Amino acid sequence: MTFAVIRFGGSNCDLDVYHVLNDVLGAPTDLVWYKDPVGEYDGIVIPGGFSYGDYLRAGAIAARTPIMNSVKQFASVGKPVLGICNGFQILVESGLLSGALSTNEYPKFCCKWVDLRIEKTDTTFTSKFKKGEVVRMPIAHKEGNFFADSDTLKSMNLHQRVAFRYVDSEGDATASANPNGSVENIAGVVNKTGNVLGMMPHPERASESVLGGDDGFRIFESMVEYADRL
Amino acid sequence: MNHHVFIASDRSGTRMKYSAEITVQLKPGILDPEGATIQRALAHLGYSVESVGTAKKLLIELEASDIDEARGALDGMCEKLLANPVVHDYSIEIQ
Repeated sequence: MTFAVIRFGGSNCDLDVYHVLNDVLGAPTDLVWYKDPVGEYDGIVIPGGFSYGDYLRAGAIAARTPIMNSVKQFASVGKPVLGICNGFQILVESGLLSGALSTNEYPKFCCKWVDLRIEKTDTTFTSKFKKGEVVRMPIAHKEGNFFADSDTLKSMNLHQRVAFRYVDSEGDATASANPNGSVENIAGVVNKTGNVLGMMPHPERASESVLGGDDGFRIFESMVEYADRL
Repeated sequence: MNHHVFIASDRSGTRMKYSAEITVQLKPGILDPEGATIQRALAHLGYSVESVGTAKKLLIELEASDIDEARGALDGMCEKLLANPVVHDYSIEIQ
């Protein structure tokens, strides 16, 4: 079983994700440059960073690189694709996930730990959590304000495609717990089949207790367990 | 080789240069935090304005056989890359 972390010019969380998968979890992982062919992998992670300097819109340029056609193909056969932060922006820009991520309501880079409520556990990435559980992970972004029009939002809620919401310590999705103005406090979403997840929080920065928390580790554990069953 | 040259010169004879200005802006009703921040800064300077919206302008030069072909290509660029249809409207002006 081998995993791939895709690197674009400007990716900067690639080595952190690699460390968690390869060293902490023990799942063999390759760093794949976006110009290289995507080989036989069991899961793909698109890490955070500032691909192409966030030119045009965050994630817009990376989403149109040829390697994303391989990622779409990979996702279409049910294999796991995880986009973290800039990776989430790339996944919405590529059309693999619904919605858009625009500038935070308070238009400043926001870097802090947040509480997240697990909304869905029957996905490739959240099987190790309990529904309704509140977990902690850090966010670090300026363009994380999730938006979808009301019809899309209705459909996403109906088909349970929201994976996480920003909540307070009681688990309530209040306005004050929303760090960026995301509609309905949405922090992460999945595709129809649950094998593509995009999330603004950084699970790789919360995967070892020495970093202040290890709730994010279960995202990677869930993905590896799922890939093992495929 | 001769054939190649012939095609190239044939094309250059019929194609025109166009300059286009594409404006990409947030759809009405979508929060524009940059505009809101600028509005607050203007207020600090004593300018009270009703609203500030921001937009991105792209200046593109291209060749096409006529203005319709140019407009078609620019439309395609906006749909596929320059604007995000989830949050943006765009307009194209060609000279």
